[in-house]
Amino acid sequence: MKSVADPAGTRKQRWEREVVEPTLRKSPERKGPFTTISGRPIERLYTAEDLAGLDDTNHPGEFPYVRGIHPTGYRGKLWTMRQFAGFGTPEETNQRYQDLIAAGGTGLSVAFDLPTLMGRDPDHELCLGEVGKCGVSIMSLADMERLFEGISLAEITTSMTINSPAPMIFAMYLVVAEQQGADWKTISGTIQNDILKEFIAQKEYIFPPRPSMRLITDIFAFCAKEVPKWNTISVSGYHIREAGSTSLQELAFTLRDGLEYVQYGVDAGLDVDDFVPRMSFFFNSHSDFFEEIAKYRAARKLWAEAMKNRFGAKNPRSWALRFHTQTAGVSLTAQQPYNNVVRTALQALAAVLGGTNSLHTNSLDEALALPTKETATIALRTQQIIAHESGVTNVVDPLGGSYFIEKLTQDMIDGTLKYWDTIDGMGGMVEAIERGYPQKEVAEASYQFQQAVERKEKVIVGVNDFIQADEKPIEILYIDDTASGVQLKRLAELKQTRDNARVQQTLAALKDVAKGRGNTMVPLLDCVRAYATVGEMCDALREVWGEYEEVPVI
Amino acid sequence: MSQKIRVVIAKPGLDGHDRGAKVIARALRDAGMEVIYTGLRQTPEMIVSAALQEDADVIGLSILSGAHMHICPRIMALLTEKGLDDVQVVIGGIIPDVDVPKLNAMGIRGIFIPGTPMQHIIDYIAANARARV
Repeated sequence: MKSVADPAGTRKQRWEREVVEPTLRKSPERKGPFTTISGRPIERLYTAEDLAGLDDTNHPGEFPYVRGIHPTGYRGKLWTMRQFAGFGTPEETNQRYQDLIAAGGTGLSVAFDLPTLMGRDPDHELCLGEVGKCGVSIMSLADMERLFEGISLAEITTSMTINSPAPMIFAMYLVVAEQQGADWKTISGTIQNDILKEFIAQKEYIFPPRPSMRLITDIFAFCAKEVPKWNTISVSGYHIREAGSTSLQELAFTLRDGLEYVQYGVDAGLDVDDFVPRMSFFFNSHSDFFEEIAKYRAARKLWAEAMKNRFGAKNPRSWALRFHTQTAGVSLTAQQPYNNVVRTALQALAAVLGGTNSLHTNSLDEALALPTKETATIALRTQQIIAHESGVTNVVDPLGGSYFIEKLTQDMIDGTLKYWDTIDGMGGMVEAIERGYPQKEVAEASYQFQQAVERKEKVIVGVNDFIQADEKPIEILYIDDTASGVQLKRLAELKQTRDNARVQQTLAALKDVAKGRGNTMVPLLDCVRAYATVGEMCDALREVWGEYEEVPVI
Repeated sequence: MSQKIRVVIAKPGLDGHDRGAKVIARALRDAGMEVIYTGLRQTPEMIVSAALQEDADVIGLSILSGAHMHICPRIMALLTEKGLDDVQVVIGGIIPDVDVPKLNAMGIRGIFIPGTPMQHIIDYIAANARARV
């Protein structure tokens, strides 16, 4: 680096003075502000000077994996194209899965409805109008049997987006696998199981933070012994971003959540290298192209270093951060919805250039409804075009070495470490959440962004600029209330036909374990086998642990 | 002297996606209105009772889950039952076009889909809230 004392300044300063300034006098720049979508100021040019002192020696597949966890990138294996789906009754969703498998899909991704996600049976008063609407309704083992009818759990991997009731739903999956004769030792899949981001952003929590954390470490311990190939958690930034955070906040809070889970696992007596290799991450891909790419690169390095240095992990599989990405639902517009195909394609490309291991692309109609079969197909085709036509998969980390990308990556790392210091200073993420810290940060960022949109500092095509008055509505998927009727009737029948004494016994045993220190997965499997409902199992734990209620932060 | 418009912002049902509700609550407050945010998971009964206790002029509902055609009729019926017919109900969220005439027929005219400018919502509420004496 040039000495600051050099009277001519650095090469870049000379360029600014001798080349840029005369140009600006003749033709000024656009008004700006030149910032990322997260509000980060961006310089006009980045040069080697911005990278002074940065280490560029590591290659893909080498610690700390900035350039990727696989030495061959996508030349070895493309990312998994995993599209999230679920609606109505288990039979309807089963049909959609059968279609996906027939079309060559090898992975399923289950979307549950809100009653299931909140651990409520459909006859609860808050479930009015919600059964089968945003996903599939699963009340008991009987529904799980219907959901996977004719699908071999030994051959398929299944991702399940479930958090507070993750142990109950996972137990149901294991019992269906058992019924099919599939070996728990070899089946694979993922449960989201990330409660901290629920407190921060998505708000689908049931129990208070500490018992919620225990359910998660119980799953870590259970799987390490019984279901060793299962991905026990998908630590998620997606929802934090959707709630309005900046890119940096998404990164910093998500990875800090990850550290919190590792710490709780260690505190519960687990060995880091026994459970961390089964942890994975889930990030958003928003519209600011380079900022997102930098975020993924920074994530890998931060995680690898934290696992090695903070937790003393020795297994390289504990260091290597694997992640799924979903394009930003929040960026989709109800206005001129076809433009969403372009937004999604750019966001998907950013995820791929950032080295995502798996990807979901949103459909163009998702600001209006759940996707139709046609729009879901275009979303999948978007990924296939990137994978097979664009050429970006031929080389590993094609943007590595770009002054701008490398500088942004470093800025993301520095910013994250600063947030971690603050959170560590509060005693950890659970404590930070209890005092509403990440919630406040996100609410503030979300409001600032909305203000910038209102002032038109940030243009959203078709929304605050380039508006079209004569838009024709598009055809959308409309989900009626049939599923609700079917499920309510089934619930009543189930309660008449099952052995209710056995249900009560297993629920009582669950409560006993919850009051003590045993692993909750064991009694939960018995509850599931007795056909206890999701609502009943959650209610049993509500009785022991109470329910979480947040103090809303505006 | 004109009194501040009082708005109850509520999240009915099970959905926890509260970015919109919180941003609009703050925008209305910054525009000089008195805003009460109920928090999450409110039943229609809880929302109407909050409106009654808070002497609200406006109820703003945020619903993204598709449950609006169940929740809105119940809230409108309860308002009538409690003699709160003059409370203006507005809704924001993911509302399919086909439901708009049905919501209008119930008396809900302020319907704001994603991308609506905040100023538009503020102006609508200011123009349509019941007059305060």
